[in-house]
Amino acid sequence: MVEPLLVVAGLDAHYRDFQALYGVDLQVDPGEVIAIIGANGAGKTTLMASIAGLLPNRPDAIRYRNEPIGRLRADQVAARGIALVPEGRQLFPSLSVEENLLIGGQLGRPGPWSLETVFELFPILRERRATASTALSGGQQQMVAIGRALMSNPDLLLLDEISLGLAPVIIKTIYEALPGIIGTGMSAIIVEQDIGKALAVSQRVYCLQEGRVSLQGHSNQLTRAQISRAYFGV
Amino acid sequence: MDWLNAIVQGCLLGGLYALFAAGLSLIFGVMRLVNIAHGDLIVLAAYLGLTVTGALGLHPLMSLLIVIPAMALIGYVLQRGILNRTIGDDLLAPLLVTFGLSVILQNGLLEVFSADPQKMNAGALETASIPVGGITLGVLPVLMFLTAVGVIAGLQWMFYHTALGRAFRATSDNQAIAQLMGLNRAHVFGLAMALALAVTGIAGVFLGIRTSFDPSIGGGRLIFGFEAVIIGGLGNLWGTLLGGIILGVSQAVGAQINPGWQLLAGHIAFLVLLAVRPKGLFPRMDG
Amino acid sequence: MSASRYRIVQSSAASRVAATLGLIVLAALVLAPYWAGRSDLRLLGEILLYLSLASLWNLLAGYAGLVSVGQQAFVGLGGYALFGLTIFGGLNPIVAVLAAGVIGGLVAMPVAALIFRLRGAYFAIGTWVMAEVFRLVAAQVSALGGGSGTSLPTAVVQSIADGRDAREATSYWLALAMAVLVLAVIYAVLRSRKGLALTAIRDNELAARSLGIDIWRTKFTIYVIVGALTAAVGALIFLQKLRISPDAAFSVNDWTAFVIFIVVIGGIGTVEGPIIGVIVFFLLRETLADLGTTYLIILGTFAIGVMLLAPKGLWGMVRARSDIQLFALRRKVVAKLKD
Repeated sequence: MVEPLLVVAGLDAHYRDFQALYGVDLQVDPGEVIAIIGANGAGKTTLMASIAGLLPNRPDAIRYRNEPIGRLRADQVAARGIALVPEGRQLFPSLSVEENLLIGGQLGRPGPWSLETVFELFPILRERRATASTALSGGQQQMVAIGRALMSNPDLLLLDEISLGLAPVIIKTIYEALPGIIGTGMSAIIVEQDIGKALAVSQRVYCLQEGRVSLQGHSNQLTRAQISRAYFGV
Repeated sequence: MDWLNAIVQGCLLGGLYALFAAGLSLIFGVMRLVNIAHGDLIVLAAYLGLTVTGALGLHPLMSLLIVIPAMALIGYVLQRGILNRTIGDDLLAPLLVTFGLSVILQNGLLEVFSADPQKMNAGALETASIPVGGITLGVLPVLMFLTAVGVIAGLQWMFYHTALGRAFRATSDNQAIAQLMGLNRAHVFGLAMALALAVTGIAGVFLGIRTSFDPSIGGGRLIFGFEAVIIGGLGNLWGTLLGGIILGVSQAVGAQINPGWQLLAGHIAFLVLLAVRPKGLFPRMDG
Repeated sequence: MSASRYRIVQSSAASRVAATLGLIVLAALVLAPYWAGRSDLRLLGEILLYLSLASLWNLLAGYAGLVSVGQQAFVGLGGYALFGLTIFGGLNPIVAVLAAGVIGGLVAMPVAALIFRLRGAYFAIGTWVMAEVFRLVAAQVSALGGGSGTSLPTAVVQSIADGRDAREATSYWLALAMAVLVLAVIYAVLRSRKGLALTAIRDNELAARSLGIDIWRTKFTIYVIVGALTAAVGALIFLQKLRISPDAAFSVNDWTAFVIFIVVIGGIGTVEGPIIGVIVFFLLRETLADLGTTYLIILGTFAIGVMLLAPKGLWGMVRARSDIQLFALRRKVVAKLKD
């Protein structure tokens, strides 16, 4: 029996004035890729923000390597090896492409990822390394956001809606790069609206509906009917 | 010739104002904080310099070796102990807390050093001068000006070419995302304030060498620094230097017309520029 | 569910009790010259003038979001207007106080037009620059003593009232009338549509704009009203002092720092706050005044402590516990009982 990497247990979270998550349970094993699906407003982004430390919680609600991290600040969570690619990319506008990547790497955690390996993964970024991040296309910005998270050499990578607002061909490029990233032994949680993509890249899937886990199972065993019931509640 | 002389002296004085302003500009740039106690911190630095020179018998410029790190430490502690609690969407809290700090500092200095004007004695440096084409340039004002240029160049380099500068800019852009990158906002802000007050330390010692000072003059220094920042454009360090120069020249020219108009002329130049160029001469291009 | 089953009420039991108590206190204050000694009367007058300044600053900062640290500009302007109008214009001092108010309002307009270009904290320091300009200009007016200032001539002083007691009583009553006027104006402003607009702006500027509220004009109006009344209060302050100088008239400590501390300690953004704050402030001052500068350090520390630990002030702490409101400002929807 492997020790789980991340255990979320009975997580309640509030966003602004309303409660966004109700007693969410979730588990990620080492090397495992989990997908989280659900409609807009189901609480997916709040769940990511909670794990990453952007929303304070009960210490025990989130355990990482058997250590309570629910109350830690985002920088402390990052230092333990969890990196978030936030929804909407959120690059630093006054930093160049290279500087955005370097900021991601400033924790100095050892591992395979460096400027060099990120540029190998996304060669276009090498050409545009000195460009202001605001001058990039949406897809290139998403590559920087992923590269920036990788630069901290995380053990658990959180990817929040990385295909949002991108052209299908760009989404394809990015998803083609994913196995190369996760193949390095990293675990990942992928939030994705596209159910097909979510099932294809993950081993297990959780479906959120109105802040609760409405379905969970192995990605290759769930039926369309089960998922659409859990997704839409019909 | 009198006029030319006034303008040149005004330019040099502008260097001191830019030193007053650089710290304000820095902390506004990094954390959008406006520190009302900034002027009183400059005065505090002058008193620190005075105390150090008195106790150790050092030349005032040598006192910088102690004043700069001491001010930096004060800045870090102040930021982490008090000011970080006020940072957020609410504008009132930082304003009122730093206003309270200003009153505390002013009266604390009054208690310790009394209201008597003090001055640091820099010996021969104060009177030394170089004649340049009919104008006499004081060595001290020139040194002050060059220091200001050096400080601003240094801050500019730090901002754009070091990991610390990168952290400052990232935190300024988006605090939450910077935190995700492992940057602890509270610590980054502490470092920004430490750096700002280190610069303030230089400004304070120069102030104390150039003129006599007493605990009540902090507000005036804050205003000069503030005017330089606004004239130059928020968040633009070289603009701040130019703002300081414009302020210094306006004051010198005003004083040349009528000695009573020195300060008034500076404020009026500021208000006119505010009316004509509300975003300053070199507004920061971002967003 | 028909609308007629609900009605909107502004008053509450507490506000009605408070109004009754307020009337009793007011009556006692009106009669103060007959029961209080000369020094107590002066202190009461000063308290009332500080209450006016604090309430006005609270309207500006707590409701309109215009955090000014330069209200001494208007206090000094009012003082100098009083001296100028009585000495050179031959105006009766009481008329001059009203005229000072008008001048304050007129001056506030161009000042607002200029400094409203600055945002947030920079607005605050901009107001201070303005006050400095006023101070430096006043120091250039040699007819009023330049930098060292001047005293109100005996003839003018005597025209206030005959005899010292009558004079002191008159200037006390003026201070009381001013405090009542200020509170009445603030109350009226906050209950008006403008007051609702202010609350909307304070809660969410963007949303208020999308509702079609002209933020600039709303804030401008408040700034001018506060400027006018602050100048009138300033005139009264120096009518009581009988002497004026640029440093005293435009003192940032006396007319802004203390005022801000009063409002913060009492509770910013509530009408009750300045009243509580002014009482606490004078209690502290009368107990600790012997300490001199230490007193100011204690006051500053106290204000910082309140700001950090109880940002809504003492009144906020009371209200958090009891939802009490002495001035009926909030509107409540209540269901009518079935007939």
